[in-house]
Amino acid sequence: MKTVNQPVQKKDAMQLLGGQPVYVNDLAPEECLIVKLLRSPHPNALIAEIDTEAAQRAAGIEAVYTWKDVPQDGVRFTLAGQTWPEPSPQDRLLLDRHVRFVGDPVAIVAGRNERCVDRALRMIKVKYEVLDAVLDFRTAKDHPVLVHPEENWEALCDVGADNKRNLCARDADQKGDVDAVLATCDVVLERAYHTKACQQTMMEPFGAFCSIDTYGRLHIVSSTQIVFHCRRIVAKALGIPKSKIRVEKPRIGGGFGAKQTAVMEIYPAFVTWKTKKTSKLIFSRKECMTASSPRHEMEMQVRIGAMKNGHIRAIDLYTLSNTGAYGEHGPTTVGLSAHKSISLYGKLDAFRFESDVVYTNRMSAGAYRGYGATQGIYAVETAVNELAEQLGMDPIRLREQNIVREGDTMMAYYGEPNTSCALDRCIARVKEMIGWDEKYPCRDMGNGKVRGVGIGLAMQGSGISGVDVGSAALKVNDEGFYTLRIGAADMGTGCDTILAQIAAEVLECSVDEVTVFGADTDASPYDSGSYASSTTFVTGKAVEYAATELREKICALGARMLGCEAQAVSFDGERVLCELDGRSVSRAEIASASQCGNTIALESSYTHSCPTSPPPFMAGAAEVEVDLETGETQVIQYVAAVDCGTPVNPNLARVQAEGGILQGIGMTLTENITYNQDGKVLENSLMQYKIPTRQDIGHIRVEFESSYEKLGPFGAKSIGEVVINTPLPAVTAAIHNACGVWFRELPITPEKIVLGQMEKRKIST
Amino acid sequence: MQLTLHLNGIPICEEIAPDTLLLDFLRAHGCKSVKRGCETSNCGLCTVFLDGRPILSCSFLAARADGHAVTTLEGLQEEAKEFTAFIADQGAEQCGFCNPGFVMNALALFRENSDPDETEIKEYLAGNLCRCSGYEGQLRGIKNFLEWKKRGGAS
Repeated sequence: MKTVNQPVQKKDAMQLLGGQPVYVNDLAPEECLIVKLLRSPHPNALIAEIDTEAAQRAAGIEAVYTWKDVPQDGVRFTLAGQTWPEPSPQDRLLLDRHVRFVGDPVAIVAGRNERCVDRALRMIKVKYEVLDAVLDFRTAKDHPVLVHPEENWEALCDVGADNKRNLCARDADQKGDVDAVLATCDVVLERAYHTKACQQTMMEPFGAFCSIDTYGRLHIVSSTQIVFHCRRIVAKALGIPKSKIRVEKPRIGGGFGAKQTAVMEIYPAFVTWKTKKTSKLIFSRKECMTASSPRHEMEMQVRIGAMKNGHIRAIDLYTLSNTGAYGEHGPTTVGLSAHKSISLYGKLDAFRFESDVVYTNRMSAGAYRGYGATQGIYAVETAVNELAEQLGMDPIRLREQNIVREGDTMMAYYGEPNTSCALDRCIARVKEMIGWDEKYPCRDMGNGKVRGVGIGLAMQGSGISGVDVGSAALKVNDEGFYTLRIGAADMGTGCDTILAQIAAEVLECSVDEVTVFGADTDASPYDSGSYASSTTFVTGKAVEYAATELREKICALGARMLGCEAQAVSFDGERVLCELDGRSVSRAEIASASQCGNTIALESSYTHSCPTSPPPFMAGAAEVEVDLETGETQVIQYVAAVDCGTPVNPNLARVQAEGGILQGIGMTLTENITYNQDGKVLENSLMQYKIPTRQDIGHIRVEFESSYEKLGPFGAKSIGEVVINTPLPAVTAAIHNACGVWFRELPITPEKIVLGQMEKRKIST
Repeated sequence: MQLTLHLNGIPICEEIAPDTLLLDFLRAHGCKSVKRGCETSNCGLCTVFLDGRPILSCSFLAARADGHAVTTLEGLQEEAKEFTAFIADQGAEQCGFCNPGFVMNALALFRENSDPDETEIKEYLAGNLCRCSGYEGQLRGIKNFLEWKKRGGAS
């Protein structure tokens, strides 16, 4: 392969590194209304009175909107960006008289500049009827207080949702008789694990600007992963036809799933639609941290049964997920906590998975890289590490004995076949990379510090089976350069480049000769959007097919120019050659001919969807140094071997892996979400919410152990999400091996380590 | 109040509101490379030079720059390009949003210390957050750049 599997520079790299103005807030017109939101200080309240008169009269203020401007008995909607019919319950109004978390919008203010809008926000007088709130997700189900008591709440899909029970979703799935199998196991381990509502913390805050275009339509430019879903969501929220809306994304300053929810587009869209004036809303970091779309907090009860010889025979998982005040991605994230953890084990006689997703008066959750798999893998993989200890087995040996293999049918993974899998090689590689045999379980460094090692496995999907749609449109331009139009969203991941590499491979040209355009609902072919690890695998395959089809059209026009049959010509990327007499025409000549008296369109368009979702696999191992006196913990090194099939761009795949791993380490060690008794998030800035700095990590080393996935473009599977999952169990196990305590709630802070040590000493004396 | 300064070598003299932050002043003057990633001086995205030394423009009143020279990435394109090509070679720019602040602070490091070791690199750039890369690719790029410089900057 000439361009696929090559470390090509990202097409936009030098522009981004040079600080060019390519993001939403750089492109917004200077003259536009500034939009801000007044937010609820209460976790659950009704707006008894709201007085906006003074604010409306204030200098520079264009408009103030409250619940009175929005029909309260109207159709509700969700901000989750998934394929229609959307599984997340339709539970929002643009402005609701009933506010359900600290930060829920109460009023929209639009004005000439920030200064006057800030002033007007302070002039709005609100009287709240404060209601009892549901703050603990463990007591939310069938709680006397309902987060969504309203009659116009609606669930479009059969996901077990019931607003009269505070249920956003409820599910059960099993194969075999778990209880019977567990009864015959030598060892049954039962544990509960708890993860928090961590923040994606992409560096670019949420933002969008809106204007009315030449045709009177609403034009939204947003930092979004989902232009098409965003168009649908805004149309429903504003009650206007989709044909009246165009959504476009410029460069995106990171997403990690946060921007798979249309967190804020509806507000400037509403302002612009009402006033017909250009408007802009850029979230502050505080808003990003308190009123956005973080990971679902989950508590997972795991029962795992094994024989003395190490055969893992049954896994029983119950997941309680906290969707917060609204149900974005609630029904769909929870399933992954089981499908992508239990399926790592291929010798099970039975499994069971049950789940409840509950509403609480907390910030609404959303999609975050890993999407439930991260939480489930933390629980199941930690349980397997605990099981190894109980069995007196090396945790790597235990895994070698039990992991899923290529050719297995994965019963907890929608019954799909495991068509490509190098997980065994990943484990072997990681074992070697970290020097497991010399370092396991720990080494006392002789200075009060102990270094432990730990391992974790992971899998994810490659798109959503039979749901995700990826499309590509390719055309030939003057001189023969190509334009690739996509609806997938490059959010820094490099998909513009990766997809161009795939096109260039098929068309036998350089990557520079393929320009990429996207994404824009008016001009891009339909694509579900960039989420669920779908872009390389699903959209990439569409690009491969589109490019193959375009080759045929180039040949057809070339053959016509040469006066021979299309079957008689070949194309080497530069010239179409008549095999019979050796005459040829260049791609540039064909391109010119296509623009003069031509009737063969040098364009192709292809739409792809895959009935299965071949999982990427990964093994990761951590070496962690714990100061037993202070609890201070440092990841000295993290090593990982990834099977993402063919890495289309090894550089970009590697950086994806390194970045994902550090996010996972952050979630394990420092990233916490806590609330005060009034339901306010305490970690509301980057001062309190601690994402890792470069001093918080020793080194991360990533290698690839590639399988070849026939269903993917040139053997590729996904990489974006799987990489965040292994650090949680691996670092947790390494800490245990260093200090002798299992921590079953993240993050594992120094305080917890010190307290854990004290507890352990108390028990042993 | 009146503010007089040099922005990327060009003199500017104009009336500003006394509470104008330097970041907002710079963006209003077309320096869109200066990004706001937080409001609490934690992320390093708004790093610019004041008389050649890096400062966080989100927490710096424009008034304090009166009589000084402010430099943003817009004014350092050539110097930056030499270095950033090494980051691009790693694919470590990723989403790009943290790049300008990171590049500015890296250039400041290289000006102060032409041969920093790994600890010095990590320490100097600790205030430049990046959520995409895990920092490892940035470190590889910096090391390759320094190595190239040591060899005299020839390819």
